[in-house]
Amino acid sequence: MESLNFTTSAVTRRDVLQLSAGLGLSFLMPALDLKAAEKRGTERQKSVIVVWLAGGPSQLETWDPHPGTEIGGPTKSIKTKISGAEIASLFPQTAEQIHHLNIIRSLTSKEGDHERGTYMLKTGYRPDPTTIHPSLGAIITQQAPNKNLEIPQHISFGDGSWPARGGYLGDQYDAFRIYDPGNGLHNMEMPVGDDRQQRRLGNLEVISKAFEARRRPAAKLSLHRKTLDDALTMMSSEQLQAFKIDDEPQALKDAYGDTKLGRGCLVARRLVESGVRAIEVSMTGFDTHANNYEGMQTQAEILDPGLATLIRDLKERDLLDSTVVMCLGEFGRTPKINGLDGRDHWPTGFSCLLGGGSLKSGVVIGETDPTGEKKDPQDPVPVENLFTTVLHQLGIDPQKELITPIGRPMALAQGELIEPLL
Amino acid sequence: MKKLRIILSPLFVVLTIALMIGMTIRSDFDKAPLPSTIPAVTDFDETVRAVNAALAARRQEAGYEHLTPADDFTVLRRLSLSLHGTIPSLEEIRQFEQAAQRKPEQETDLLTRWTERLLNDSRFSDYFSERLARSLVGTDGGQFIVYRRDRFVDWLAEQLENHRPWDDITRDVIADKGLWTGKPAVNFITAGVAGDDLDHEELTGKTVRAFLGQRIDCAQCHDHPFDDWKQSDFEGLAAFYGQVNLTLVGIEDKTSLEYEVEDRFTLETREVQPAVPFGPDWLPAEGTRRQRLAGWITHDDNRRFRRAIANRVWTLMFGSPYFTKIAVDDLPDPPAEPDLLDVLADDFAAHDFDLRRLVRVMAATDLFRSSSASDAETDQEYEILKEYWGVFPMTRLRPEQLIGSMLQSSSVKTIDQNSHLLFRAMRFFREQDFVRDYGDLGPDELDQRSGTITQALLRMNGSLTRELIEANPLNSTGRVANFSENDRECIENSYLVCLTRRPSPAEMTYFEQQLAELDGQQRTHAVVDLYWSLFNSLEFSWNH
Repeated sequence: MESLNFTTSAVTRRDVLQLSAGLGLSFLMPALDLKAAEKRGTERQKSVIVVWLAGGPSQLETWDPHPGTEIGGPTKSIKTKISGAEIASLFPQTAEQIHHLNIIRSLTSKEGDHERGTYMLKTGYRPDPTTIHPSLGAIITQQAPNKNLEIPQHISFGDGSWPARGGYLGDQYDAFRIYDPGNGLHNMEMPVGDDRQQRRLGNLEVISKAFEARRRPAAKLSLHRKTLDDALTMMSSEQLQAFKIDDEPQALKDAYGDTKLGRGCLVARRLVESGVRAIEVSMTGFDTHANNYEGMQTQAEILDPGLATLIRDLKERDLLDSTVVMCLGEFGRTPKINGLDGRDHWPTGFSCLLGGGSLKSGVVIGETDPTGEKKDPQDPVPVENLFTTVLHQLGIDPQKELITPIGRPMALAQGELIEPLL
Repeated sequence: MKKLRIILSPLFVVLTIALMIGMTIRSDFDKAPLPSTIPAVTDFDETVRAVNAALAARRQEAGYEHLTPADDFTVLRRLSLSLHGTIPSLEEIRQFEQAAQRKPEQETDLLTRWTERLLNDSRFSDYFSERLARSLVGTDGGQFIVYRRDRFVDWLAEQLENHRPWDDITRDVIADKGLWTGKPAVNFITAGVAGDDLDHEELTGKTVRAFLGQRIDCAQCHDHPFDDWKQSDFEGLAAFYGQVNLTLVGIEDKTSLEYEVEDRFTLETREVQPAVPFGPDWLPAEGTRRQRLAGWITHDDNRRFRRAIANRVWTLMFGSPYFTKIAVDDLPDPPAEPDLLDVLADDFAAHDFDLRRLVRVMAATDLFRSSSASDAETDQEYEILKEYWGVFPMTRLRPEQLIGSMLQSSSVKTIDQNSHLLFRAMRFFREQDFVRDYGDLGPDELDQRSGTITQALLRMNGSLTRELIEANPLNSTGRVANFSENDRECIENSYLVCLTRRPSPAEMTYFEQQLAELDGQQRTHAVVDLYWSLFNSLEFSWNH
C-alpha cells in the first residue's frame, strides 16, 4: 500500500520531489539533481566501490582454491552459482552472489612489497620516483565529478595504510577518510550560534587578506580556503544522512555484519545512492605470513557477509548495473606453504573479483597451476588492464593524457581492455 | 582507559592551564637566559657563507637573484616550530624583544644566539628524538614482548641531550646487544620482528633508507629499475643481520648462524654471505657482522651517510627535502662535484657529527631567514621558485606541531620542562586522538601535503579548539580579554600569542571597531571569536 506518511521510510525522494514540485516548493529542495539520484539500471551515472583487502589476500583461501593438492593446504572448496567455478568454502554467502560479478584468477604484477604493491593496485602504475599517480577513485572524481554533491566525492573507510590519493591530480582528490564507518561523522556541528559563526568567518577574511596577498599560489595549493568552504557546505548538508545507518532495517544491518567492513559496505551503498562516485572500503589483516588458515578463517567471517550482502543489496535495489564492484588487495600469496603454516607475498597469478557497472557477469578468467610450480597463470591479466577496463566502463577514455606538474604527459591508464568482460 | 581519558581530560585541561599561569599578561617575564656566544664559532661564518653561496648558485639556475628577508618574529616562529614543535609563547616573544633592545655587545647576531637557546632547551631533544625515531622505527607499536618504542625514543632523546655524535648513535642502533628494555637502542632491531622471526629484508631496507638516505627495498625482489642497486646488493647487506639472535636475554650475535634466502621463483634456499655494494675498503675486518656494517656505514668516506642526515635535518628545518621533488629517503647517488648537501655534510662530519651544528648552520642561512612571500602569480611559477629555493616554502604543520601551537596559544607563559609533567599528561590525554583525527602520516610525515576537510572540521568544530579558547581567568584568552590595558593591546596580544606578529593597521582598525561596541560577556565572546579566527587561519596552521 502506498503511503504519504513522511515519518516512514516508504517515502522516497522522488515522492518528495513530486510533491514539492506540485506545490511549487521545489526551490526548497537541496541543490541535488534528484532525478539523477533516483535513476536506476544502466541509465544511472556509474560509481565504483573498491573492497580493499590490505596485506595481500591469499588467492588459495579465497577465489582460487586448489583443494587436495600440496599447495592447497587444508582449505576446501564449495560450488558457486557460476557453473563449474568453485571458491574457498570459507565464503558460503559470497558463493551465492558471485555470479553477479566475475572472477579473475590470473592477475600479474611486478610489485611484491606492500607499499609498492598497494600503489600498483590502487593506481594501475608502478611507483615512479618522479610522479605520484592518482588512484582510480581520484581519476573518476576528477574526470566525472558529481557537481551536486555537498559531501566528498571520494571516500575511504577503514584504517589501512596508504589510502587512495589524488597524486599528481592534487591532494583535493585524496579520499576523505573515515576510520569507523556507520556512526555518522565527527565535528559536524558548529559550536556557536549563527551570528557568532558569521563574525568568526568575517574575521577570518580580514586575517587572511594581508597574509595571502603575496602568497597566492601557495595559499591556493594549501587548499586551506577550499577545505574550509567544503567543510562549511558539508556541515549544513542533508546529504550527511548517507553516513548514518540508524534508519536501515536491523535485519539488513545484521546481514552486513556489525564490523568496520560490514558497516563500511552498507554506508558505501548509501553513498552510491546519494551519487558518490568513488568509495573504498578497506579491511586489514590479510598479511598471513604465519597461521594462514586460521587467519583467513577469521577474515572470511567478516568479509563474507559484508561482501555478499553488498552485492545482493545493490542487485536488489537495481544499483549493480551502475556500480562497479572490485574486491582485491596488493598481491596474492605463495602457493608454497612456509614453515609457519603461512604464505608469503606472490604478485603473479593472484585473484580478484570485478563486476557490476554493466560489465558481463559470471565469467571466470585465468587459471593457476595446481602444483604451484609454474608461476605464470593461463590467460594472464596484467593489473594495468583492470584500470583500463573500469575507466572505459565508466565512460572515461583510459588513453586520455593529462599533463603532470612536471610537464609530463600521462595516460589515465596504460593497460588493455579485458574483452571477455565487455 | 578511553573512558577514563574522556572523564579526566577536561579536568586536565583546566589543571594544566591553572598551573601554567604565573603572572598577568603585562608583567615582565624572567630575563631571557640567552647564551652570550655559541660554541666553536671560528669556522661557523665561513660554512654559512659557503651554504649561502651554494644556494645562490642554485637560485641563479632558475634566474632568481635575491631572497626577500623575513622579519625576526617570522624567523622566531620558524625556529620554535622546527626545534620544539610549537610556536613561541608570549613570554618568549617578550624576552626576544628585550634582548633585541639591549645594546648589541655581542658579535653573534640575536637569532643565532636564540637558536642556541632553543637547542639547549630539553624540548629540542624531546622533539627531535621523535622526528628521528620515525625514520628509524616508524610509528607502529610492534610486538610489545620484544619491542618498546617509548624506550627507544627516550633513549634517543637522552643521546641528543648529552650531545652524542650521530655516528656514535648510529653504531649503537645498528650493533648494540641486550634487552630492549635495558639497552633501548636494540629496539631498532626488534621493531622488525614479525611473528617469532626477524624480518631481515625490512630491517635492511630501513637501514639503507635511514642511514644512507636511499631506497634499496625494491632490489629485494628484482634489480632496481632506475638506480644501480642489484638484488645481490640487497641480499649481501641483509646478511649482515644474518647472525642476529633473539633470546630471553635480548638481542645477540650468534656466529654459527648463516643468512639464507629462498629464491622467489625456484623456491630453493641458498646461503648468502655479507657483502657491501660499494666502498669495500671501508668495511672493518674485525667485529660482529653488525659492528662491521655500522663501521662501513659511518666510515669517513661514506658520503651517503652524512648526506642522508643533512637532508633529513634540512627537511625538518625547511619543510621540504633539498631535492624538492624526491622523498627525503630517496636521494640520488652522491654527485661527482660536491653540492650543497656535501657542504653541510662535510661541515657536520668535521664537527664530530654534531646534530646541533647542522641545525645552527641551517638556521643562520639567508634562506632560513627569507620570506615565504613572493611575486609568483601562478602555481607553476611558485613551484619553480620552491624547487630552486628562491623562497622559504610554506608547509602544512604536522599534527603534533599544530596541537603544540594550539596548546601554547592557550597560555601566555612558555609551556616547557617546568610545566613538563602536566604538559605531557595533557598531551597524553589529548594528543593521540587529535593526531589521529588530524591525520598523522607516520614515517612519511615529511611528505608535503595540502590541507584536508577533516582538518578544517577538527579546527573549526573540534572539542580541543573549544576548550582551549573558551575564556577563563587562567588561560590566555581570558587574560588577554580582561587584563590588557585597552582594546588595542588586547588585539595586539591576541595576534602575538597566536600568530607571533602584530596586527596590520587594517586588521587593528577592523577589530578595534568590533570591540568598541561591546562590553562584558559580549566583549569576551568577541575575543574568543578572534582567537577562533586566528586558529583557523592559513597563517596559523602552516609554517611560513
